[in-house]
Amino acid sequence: MTETMVGILLATLGAGTPLVFAALGELVTEKSGVLNLGVEGMMIVGAVCGFAVAAESENLWLGVVMSVFAGAGMALLFGILTLTFQANQVAAGLALTIFGIGLSAYIGLDYTSVALTGIQQIHVPVLSDIPVIGPLIFSLDPLLYLSFVAFGAITYFLYKTKTGLLLRAVGESPESAVSLGYPVIAIRYMAVLFGGAMAGLGGAYLALVYTPLWVEAMTAGRGWIALALVVFSTWRPARVMVGAYLFGGVTIIQFHVQGFGVDIPSQLLSMLPYLATIVVLVLISRDINTIRLNAPASLGKAYHPSV
Amino acid sequence: MRLMNISKLLLISTAGVMSAILSLAALGADSLKIGFVYVSPIGDAGWTYQHDQGRLQMEEALGGKVETKYIESVPEGGESERVIRQFATDGYGLVFTTSFGYMNPTIKVAKQFPKVVFEHATGYKSAKNVGTYVARFYEGRYLAGIVAGKMTKSNVAGYVAAFPIPEVLRGINAFTLGMRSVNPDATVKVIWVNSWFDPGREREAADVFIAQGADVVTHHTDSTAVVQAAEEAGVWSVGYHSDMSKYGPKSHLTAATHHWGDYYTKVAEEVMGGNWASTDIWWGIKEGMIKLAPLNQAVPEDVAKHVAEKEAAIKDGSLHPFQGPIKNQAGEEVVAAGTALTDEDLLKMEWYVEGVEGKLPK
Repeated sequence: MTETMVGILLATLGAGTPLVFAALGELVTEKSGVLNLGVEGMMIVGAVCGFAVAAESENLWLGVVMSVFAGAGMALLFGILTLTFQANQVAAGLALTIFGIGLSAYIGLDYTSVALTGIQQIHVPVLSDIPVIGPLIFSLDPLLYLSFVAFGAITYFLYKTKTGLLLRAVGESPESAVSLGYPVIAIRYMAVLFGGAMAGLGGAYLALVYTPLWVEAMTAGRGWIALALVVFSTWRPARVMVGAYLFGGVTIIQFHVQGFGVDIPSQLLSMLPYLATIVVLVLISRDINTIRLNAPASLGKAYHPSV
Repeated sequence: MRLMNISKLLLISTAGVMSAILSLAALGADSLKIGFVYVSPIGDAGWTYQHDQGRLQMEEALGGKVETKYIESVPEGGESERVIRQFATDGYGLVFTTSFGYMNPTIKVAKQFPKVVFEHATGYKSAKNVGTYVARFYEGRYLAGIVAGKMTKSNVAGYVAAFPIPEVLRGINAFTLGMRSVNPDATVKVIWVNSWFDPGREREAADVFIAQGADVVTHHTDSTAVVQAAEEAGVWSVGYHSDMSKYGPKSHLTAATHHWGDYYTKVAEEVMGGNWASTDIWWGIKEGMIKLAPLNQAVPEDVAKHVAEKEAAIKDGSLHPFQGPIKNQAGEEVVAAGTALTDEDLLKMEWYVEGVEGKLPK
C-alpha cells in the first residue's frame, strides 16, 4: 500500500512539473502586466530545440540550456510585437502559439526517429534508502529539484526584494512606475523573457525527462493548462504549485482508479483533473478582495510610453 | 500547420499543372498518378508511417509505372475534402485516404469524380468508385498476447487504450484471449486515456500499470511513450503499428505491425489494368497485412515455436482468435465451442472477454 502511495506521489510530481515551470514563468510575466497566451507555443519550441540539441550533442544538459534559450527567443518575438510595437497582447500570444506549433513540427522533422535516454534521477547516498521519504525527496531528477528552487526563488523575488516590488508595481500601474523614473518597457521585457525561458524549461522537462522523445504536438495542451492555473490561483506562486500538483495528482489517481477496475465511466474520470483543479482553486481563492489584491491591475493593457 | 498545408497544396497544384503540360507533350507515356492523404506526420513509427512504407513498397514494385504524392497532417473533416478534391482535379487516377474521419469527404468527392478511384481505410461506406480496406489487427494482437502470457511473472498486463470503439476492443479482447490461451491466470487491466495521441498521458498510464503490478504493458495509442516507460521501469512491453524495439531494446517483446504495400500494389495494378472494382477488404496474417515484429532475444525457443505454430494456424484458417468457447466478463459463454465470431459480430464488438479487469465505459 505504502509503495502504491509513494508511486502515486512520485508520478504526481512528474506530471505536475512541466506545469509548474510554465505556470510560474507565466505568473512572473503576468505580474508585470503582460498577458502572454503563447505559453503552449514557447513550451513546444523549447521541447523540440532542447531535444534536437541533446540528440546532436549527446549532452542532455546542453539540451536543457537550449530549451531555455529557445523559449526565451520565442518570448522575445512576443516582446518585440507587444512591447515595442504595441500590438494587441491577446492576438500576439495566440499567434505565438500557432506559430510555435508549426515551427516546432518543422524543426523536429529529423528528430522524430531519435531515441534518447532521458535525464536520470539523482540518488542521494544513504538518504535515498530511507523508506517513503527516500524515494520521495532524495531520489528525484535534477530538473524537479530545480522546479522547487525556482518556486522558492520566485516567491522570494516577488515579495521580498525591491526589484520584485518594482515588477509588481509595473503590473499595477505602469504610469506611476514611469513617473518615478523606472524603465517600464525594459522591466516588462525581462519578465516576458523570463516567462519564455521557464516555458522552455517546461518543454525540456517533457522532452528530456518525462517522455524522452520528440513527436509533433507533444505538449498536448499543457501550456493552456499552465495559463489557466495562473488565473485560478489568483497570481500566487504557492497556489500555482498546489494547482499543478493537484492536476497531476488527480490525473494519476484517475488512472489508478481505472487500473483497479472501479466502475466509473472513463470519460468522466478524464474530466476530473480539470474539474478538481478549478473547483479547489476557485474555492481557496474565492475572496474578492484577495483577487483584487493579487490580480495585476493593468494586465493585458499595452503601455504607451508617450501618453 | 495550416500554412504548411497551403504551401504544400500550392506546390502540388503547380506540380499538377507542370505534369499536365509534360504529359501533353509526351502523349502515351501514361503513368498512373496516385495520391495519399495522411492524418499525421509520417515520423518514424506509427499508423501513418506504416502507410507510407506501403506507398514506398508499391513504388518500388511498380517502378516507373506509377507516380505518387502524399500530403501529411491533413485534419479529418472539411480540410481533408479540399485535399482529396485537389488530387482529383490534378489528374490523379487513384487516391488512398488513410484515416477513418476521411470517410464522408471521400464519398462526397468520389461522387463528383466518377472516373477517379478512391480507396478509404477503416471506413464502412463504399461506392462504385470507392473501395474500403482495413486489416485484421486483432490477429496480431492475439499472437502478441501469447508472447505476453508466456513472459509475464505477475500474470497482470496493462493495456493503454485510446477510445472504447470496436476496433480497440477487438484488440484488447484478442490480446487477452491470446494471453489466457497459454496462461489461464492472466488478467489485463485497461486504462482509457481518451486521446489517440498524448505521450505524457500514455506514459502516466503505463507508470500506473507498473505501480499496480503489471509486468507487461501494451498500447493502442499512437506514440512510443508506453514502450519507453517499460524500458525505464524494466518490465516487458508490446508495441503497436510499427516495430518499436528501437525505443525499448530490452523491454520490447514484439509488436503487432501493419503492412499495406502488397494491397497498394494490387490496387494500383488493377486500376492500370482497368479491372478494378469496389471491394471491402479485410486482410490479416494470411495475406501479410498484419505481421508480428521480430521477437525479443529473451523470448525462449519453445515460446517462439508455439507462436509460430499459432501464426501458421491463423494463416491456414484452422485457428480464429475469436473461436469458442469464449466467456464474457460475467462468465457467461457468448461464443459456443465449435463456432467463431462472424465478421459482422467483430465489427460491432462492444464487450470485454473474461480476464479483462474493469467495466467497459459506455
